[in-house]
Amino acid sequence: MEVERPSIDSRPDLPWLTIVWNDPVNLMSYVTYVFQSVFGYSREKAEKLMLDVHHKGRAVVSSGTREEMERDVQIMHSYGLWATVQQDA
Amino acid sequence: MSSGFAAGRGGGVTARFDAAEITVLRSLVSQILDLVEPGATGDDPLERALGIGSPERPTDPVLARLFPAAYADDELSAEFRRYTEATLRDGKRSDAQTMLETAAPGRVELTAEQAQAWMRALNDVRLALGTRLEVTEEVHDEIAGMGEDDPRYPAYVTYDWLTYLQDSLVRALW
Repeated sequence: MEVERPSIDSRPDLPWLTIVWNDPVNLMSYVTYVFQSVFGYSREKAEKLMLDVHHKGRAVVSSGTREEMERDVQIMHSYGLWATVQQDA
Repeated sequence: MSSGFAAGRGGGVTARFDAAEITVLRSLVSQILDLVEPGATGDDPLERALGIGSPERPTDPVLARLFPAAYADDELSAEFRRYTEATLRDGKRSDAQTMLETAAPGRVELTAEQAQAWMRALNDVRLALGTRLEVTEEVHDEIAGMGEDDPRYPAYVTYDWLTYLQDSLVRALW
């Protein structure tokens, strides 16, 4: 019998991710500043993530439980960054 | 023209604006306030009191950019939106209000907290304007090659000025 797969895999051992996507409006300086002040990352790490967003179109900026990632995405949205939650594949 | 923000006392910032610049800033921020007013994205008083909002993705492209989807999956996204959009909207309104209350011609002195509100509010204005103008990452070069008689010129120049202003604010806070 074919079992319908849920759209989201709920195995608890898979961490969830916060992804930030590139957009043409948010400034490189601003995005770096937000990563530093929200996540407490060093300037170097924040800049690397910002450049990943800029050049690769997206970057994983944090990982953890689903609840934690939803909180992070909400904070990203409050700064106008385009962020989504997804489970690590 | 304003030379942008500089670091001030106690983690705050200072800047100088002339009357015309303040008129532009106040007008743009007021438009954001109107755009994100309760009701614009669906509202029920009881649900609102409980921090619950509409699950619908806004159809207006600017609102859709200010309130983006949190999941690729529509159903999960709607559920997230239902429980977070009212808070997000209140935050944007509060930032815009702070900017309206503190933006006056002459020397503007902001506390660290007010500066954060300006930074987010300026970004919301840029997101709104950038979405309407459909700007690309080459917007600065586009303006350089645009004739002053181009009907888009004033809006693009305003956008470019806001970009400069926000960048100076971020650097003053760093």
